[in-house]
Amino acid sequence: MAIFLNSDSKVIVQGMTGSEGMKHTQRMLTSGTNIVGGVNPRKAGTEVEFAGGVKVPVFGTVKEAIAAADADVSVIFVPAKFTKDAVVEAVEAEIPLAICITEGVAVKDTAEFYTLAKGSKTRLIGPNCPGVISPEQSNAGIIPADIAPKKGRIGLVSKSGTLTYQMMYELRDFGFSTAVGIGGDPVIGTTHIDCLQAFQDDPETDAIVMIGEIGGDAEERAADYIKANVTKPVVGYVAGFTAPEGKTMGHAGAIVSGSAGTAAAKQKALEAAGVKVGKTPSGAAALVREIMEGLTA
Amino acid sequence: MDLYEYQARDLFESHGVPVLRGITATTAAEARQAAEDLGTPVVVVKAQVKTGGRGKAGGVKVAKSAEEAEARANDILGMDIKGHTVRTVMIAEGADIAEEYYFSLLLDRANRSYLAMCSKEGGVEIETLAEERPEALARVEVDPLVGIDQAKADEIVAAAGFDAEDQPKIAAVLIKLWDVYAGEDATLVEVNPLIKTGAGDIVALDGKVTLDDNAEFRHPDHVALHDDQSTDPLEVKAKSLGLQYVKLDGNVGIIGNGAGLVMSTLDVVAYAGEEFPGSPKPANFLDIGGGASAEVMSNGLSIIFSDPAVQSVFVNVFGGITACDAVANGIIQAFELLGAQGATHKPVVVRLDGNNAELGRKMLDEAALPNLERVDTMDDAARRVAELASRAN
Repeated sequence: MAIFLNSDSKVIVQGMTGSEGMKHTQRMLTSGTNIVGGVNPRKAGTEVEFAGGVKVPVFGTVKEAIAAADADVSVIFVPAKFTKDAVVEAVEAEIPLAICITEGVAVKDTAEFYTLAKGSKTRLIGPNCPGVISPEQSNAGIIPADIAPKKGRIGLVSKSGTLTYQMMYELRDFGFSTAVGIGGDPVIGTTHIDCLQAFQDDPETDAIVMIGEIGGDAEERAADYIKANVTKPVVGYVAGFTAPEGKTMGHAGAIVSGSAGTAAAKQKALEAAGVKVGKTPSGAAALVREIMEGLTA
Repeated sequence: MDLYEYQARDLFESHGVPVLRGITATTAAEARQAAEDLGTPVVVVKAQVKTGGRGKAGGVKVAKSAEEAEARANDILGMDIKGHTVRTVMIAEGADIAEEYYFSLLLDRANRSYLAMCSKEGGVEIETLAEERPEALARVEVDPLVGIDQAKADEIVAAAGFDAEDQPKIAAVLIKLWDVYAGEDATLVEVNPLIKTGAGDIVALDGKVTLDDNAEFRHPDHVALHDDQSTDPLEVKAKSLGLQYVKLDGNVGIIGNGAGLVMSTLDVVAYAGEEFPGSPKPANFLDIGGGASAEVMSNGLSIIFSDPAVQSVFVNVFGGITACDAVANGIIQAFELLGAQGATHKPVVVRLDGNNAELGRKMLDEAALPNLERVDTMDDAARRVAELASRAN
């Protein structure tokens, strides 16, 4: 099962022939992803050979890739300037899942393609995210599969890339059903709530880790959602307790404005919803460990 | 990027939003000249700072002659408003204000859409109005794919409850403000107050605009709006090196890879600092990104070493896409580069974890770099770096 992505997923890469696209397509192939094509109108009809002799065909459009190779996931690596066009193309081709890795996308572009995706058949993840991995099944994005190669029963959803890696690494002995990096931009396609809902419904997930950071009110909304809808144990971690007001902390969305978006408010909301919140990433990992050991005992 | 009022005024004017004339001045003499050039019986001397509440702080004064404008500019230039030094004033035409309104258009993160807010009661702190009399502030969603067209503008002015005779004029200005928002890739356009003059004209008297830095590829002219003077010099240097750096007020330098991990590192160091005398705190946020190459690492370290407030440095790297041996290599080469410049005199604590952690750690241990300690876990490393900063005090 897992969520969003599994061993049946047929993945294409928009921007595969660029340097980031090539590097990460290779990594995805190495970690067992079924890559059925790349998309680049200027190189349509050619093939790209990767290590191990794997040949991946290049299609002119997403629509062609769906028709010819039955693709159902697109990972988008195109540069920020062209990201909007790429996402719009994926949404208009009605691909079920579009994962936008590109960082630095103008928020106006994201607001526009998110609005388009909202009423469509496409689930959008990102932009500015590390993607989705269901270990031993498929890896769509840039999450290094070798940090936690084992399939397990923990679900993870995170705004931050490296904190995702850190958490997966700390809990690699348990393994993960799916880890979703939703990204730290002000506007993102798939939210904490979407993932919580999917993990709650996934019979292969027993516990959920949710990593948030300052800015916006997504964690507070997620807390309300958990209170009303999630019966599986949830552990939280929030980064940015010491971030000053008005300074953007790396992610375009990570900014505390006035009293809104503070880490303390997010922690309070999560705890009020029955979520155990770790003080540090390792502290959160220890809480998950306790829960998982309790479940198997 | 937040703009100064005069920059917002210029953008408004270029998109046809009605504004009053205004001339900037950085000296009292220039202010006098500006008042003479405007030639109106009354001018207003307005401090240009990127913070609210300047009126209350005495940063906005009326002057009835060029001499008076010079004197007021003299009072205001150099003034400190909430930690911002006033380096520029704008000399603006005096306005004949009959009524004051409020309008803003912004990115609504919670709803992943745009939101217009509008009120007949402008000129006051909008947060106060929103809290005390929320019914007086109309909130109308604006579809990013449609924007503020005539229908949306009509909807907003009706929701705000303007008199029927004023509605068309105000709606016309809102459509022009949408042009500013969309045309300039803004994430905030706020006009407070939007005024009706004695003659019945609608004028944007004060403007606040935030532009999206990620959209600069569409707006080469926005580069000229950057203001290095009011930015920390280390932040300017870091930006020129392509590093994500934010100066903070503590004494422990922080370097990490990935925004979330670095934010988390700041927290963990602050918690650890509470255990030691002087409570050491983070001196900066610095994200060197996923790569962590030797060049990026040495650029990052050199920025941090050049901050006189820094007494110890925490390099916190999780090796994911770039494995730990490559990161260790980067650190070793960075020390060679910086050592040659005599810059490696501050104690550095390194935590390396993730892919090839053991190999990376072994490489660092064998290199035996001066003033560098290696600690295995993030929490323990934070404690050690806080202890080192505490001892230096």
